[in-house]
Amino acid sequence: MNAQPTVQEVTPDIRKDIQIALLHTMLRVRKFEEKAQELFLNNKIPGFAHVSIGQEAVAAGVCLSLSEGDYITSTHRGHGHCIAKGMEFPRMFAELMGKRTGYCRGKGGSMHVADFSRGVLGANGIVGGGIPIATGAALSAQIQKNDSVVACFFGDGAMAQGAFHESLNVAALWKLPVIYVCENNLYGEWTHYTRQHSIPDLSQRALAYGIPGQRVDGMDALAIYRAATQAIARARGGEGPTLLECVTFRYFGHYIGDPHPGRTDHEIENAKLRDPIDHLRQALLASGALTDRELALFELGLGNEIADAVAFAEQSDDPEPESAFEDLFV
Amino acid sequence: MKRISYTQAVTEALQEEMRRDPKVVIWGEDTAGAGGAFHMTPGFADEFGTNRVRDTPIAENIIVGLAVGAAMTGLRPIAELMFADFFGCAMDQVMNQMAKARYMFGGQITLPITVRAASGAGTRAAAQHSQSLHSWFMNLPGLKVVVPSTPADVKGLLKSSIRDNNPVLFFEHKALFNIKDQVPVGEYSIPLGVADVKRQGTDVTIVAVQQMVYRALEAAEILAERGISAEVIDPRTLVPLDRETIVNSIKKTRRLVVVDECNLTSGAQNEIIALAVERAFDYLDAPPRRLGVPDVPFAQSPVLEDYILPKSGQIVSAVQEIIR
Ligand SMILES: Cc1ncc(C[n+]2csc(CCOP(=O)(O)OP(=O)(O)O)c2C)c(N)n1
Ligand SMILES: [Mg+2]
Repeated sequence: MNAQPTVQEVTPDIRKDIQIALLHTMLRVRKFEEKAQELFLNNKIPGFAHVSIGQEAVAAGVCLSLSEGDYITSTHRGHGHCIAKGMEFPRMFAELMGKRTGYCRGKGGSMHVADFSRGVLGANGIVGGGIPIATGAALSAQIQKNDSVVACFFGDGAMAQGAFHESLNVAALWKLPVIYVCENNLYGEWTHYTRQHSIPDLSQRALAYGIPGQRVDGMDALAIYRAATQAIARARGGEGPTLLECVTFRYFGHYIGDPHPGRTDHEIENAKLRDPIDHLRQALLASGALTDRELALFELGLGNEIADAVAFAEQSDDPEPESAFEDLFV
Repeated sequence: MKRISYTQAVTEALQEEMRRDPKVVIWGEDTAGAGGAFHMTPGFADEFGTNRVRDTPIAENIIVGLAVGAAMTGLRPIAELMFADFFGCAMDQVMNQMAKARYMFGGQITLPITVRAASGAGTRAAAQHSQSLHSWFMNLPGLKVVVPSTPADVKGLLKSSIRDNNPVLFFEHKALFNIKDQVPVGEYSIPLGVADVKRQGTDVTIVAVQQMVYRALEAAEILAERGISAEVIDPRTLVPLDRETIVNSIKKTRRLVVVDECNLTSGAQNEIIALAVERAFDYLDAPPRRLGVPDVPFAQSPVLEDYILPKSGQIVSAVQEIIR
C-alpha cells in the first residue's frame, strides 16, 4: 500500500566538464564566503551574516542540475545557492555591505538577497519561510505549463516547521515540480538535529508524503549532482517532488564570529577530512581531467575577480536616505 | 442598476476578473468542489477548470505561501482564508514574506495578490470566528487593507484589488453577506483609497467601517429627528486611507465620532482620531469620541455578543455628548 516510490540509480557517469564546473562553483562559493567573513570581521558588513563554508557541494550539485528557467529559494545561509545559480560577486558584496549597487539596493543584505532575473526567489531570514514560496512557484509552473522546476533549500532545523509539512503535503498531492533539498549540517544554531527531531534519518519524512526521499553524502558534489539530476527530471516529468537530505557540515559557527563552543575540534577536523572541494579537486587532478596549471590559472582569475568585486562594492555609494520610502508599493 | 447581495457581488467580481485575465487563479479550502465555504465560487471549477480553481488542504500558511510564490513567478493569485481569524495560522507568509518581499528585494518584483477572508461579529460565532483584525495589518507596511460595506462597494473594490499589483487583504463582513442593494450593471471598479460619504451632514462626522456603517446610518436617522445633521463616512479602504475626505469633513462639522469593530486598544478607530488631532485640532469644538469593542473576546451567547458590539443608540449618545 504505502510503499515509498524508489529512487533508481539511472544517472550515467557525470561528464568531465560538469565535474570541473562543480569544482569551480564550489571554489567560487568558498572564496566569496572567506572574503565575506574577512570583511565582516573588519566591520565592512553590517548586521549579521551566516556562511556555508564546508557545505558548498550541496549548492553546486543542485544548482548545476537546474536549467536556466528554473527557480530556487534559499535561506539565511544562502550565499552559496545564489552564486551557484549565477549571481555575480560585485552586486552580492555590495548587497552584503548595504550599498545602493547591491542586488536589492541595500535593503536586503545577506539574509534577503535575491535576483529574480536568475530565478533566485530570495534568501530568507525566517527559518522555513522559503518552503511555501518554492511550493507556490512550482504551482505557478504547473498552472502555466512552462516546464520550470523549483529547488527549495532549507536546513535541518527548518524541517521541524509547520511550513515544511504544509508544503510537502500539497506538493505531493498535486505532484508539483519542486525538489526539497535539506542541508543537514547537523545543527540548528547550537543544538544537534537529533535533539530537535524524532527520527535520525530526516529523508524518511518523505514516506509520510508518499514521495521519494534520499539521504545523500552532502560532502560529495558528484553524489548530490546525481541525486538532484534525477529528482529534477522526475519533477519536470510531472511525477512530483522528491526530498533530498544532504548530510553536510559547516566548518564555522552559526553566524560569522560565532565560535560554536559546543562542538569538539575532533568533530570539525573529521568533517574537514571529507572536504568537498579537496575531494573533487584530487579526483580531477588524479584522473588528468584537470591539470595543476589549469587549476592555478582558475584560482588566480577567481582571486582577481573577488578583489575587483570587493573594490566595486567598497567604492559604491550608500543608498540615498530617501530611498527608504521606495519599493514598498508599486 | 440591479439588486444583488453582498456575496453575489463577491462572486460577480471574481468571475469577471477571472474571465478577463487568465493569470487570475484562485484557491482555498472548499473553493473548487464545494463552490466555496460561503458559496461565493459556485461553478468556478467547471467554468475555469481545476488548474485555475483549486481546493487546498486546510493549511493557511501554505494557502498564502502558494500565492507569494505564484505571484513572484507571473500569476495573479486570489487566496481564500475563509475566516479572518485564520490569519493567525498564516501569519509568517503574510507579515514576513508577502508584506515585505517587494521591499526587501529592492523592488525587483510586484506581488499582485488578493487574500480574501470573512471577518466581523454578529453571527454568534464566538471568540475564534468573529474577530475584526484589519487594524493589525494597518501596522504592517506593504499590505493594502480593504473593508467594504455594501454590495456595490464589494464588487468595485474587489475588482480593483485583484487588478492591483500589490498585496491586498480583502475583508468580507459575515453579518453583511445577505444584505442586498443596487449595483451598477456592466463593467465598473472603485479605486482603492477613496472614501465614500454615505450620508451628508453638517454637525458631526461619523466615520464607520463595514457593519458599523449601517449602525451609523441608523444613528444619523435618529439624530436627524433630534435636529442634528450627521455626516457618515465609510473609508472603504484603511490602507490606503483617504485622509483628505475625513479631514475635510471634520473641518466642516467640527466634531468626530469613530466607530469600528476592532477592539478599542490600538484599533483602527485610533488612527482616525490621531488624524483629527494632528490635522484638524484647531477646528474641533469637542474631543473626538471612539466606539469599538471593549478589550474582551466575543462570547458565544447572543446576550454577551450584543452587549459588547457598538449599537446605533450608543453612537447617538456619543454624538449628543459632544454636541450638547
Ligand atoms: C522562524 C525562525 N525561528 C528562529 C530563527 C532563528 N534562527 C536563525 S538560523 C536558525 C537555525 C536554523 O537551523 P537550520 O535550519 O538547520 O539551518 P542552518 O543555520 O544550520 O543552516 C535559527 C533558529 C529564525 N530566523 N526564524
Ligand atoms: Mg542546520
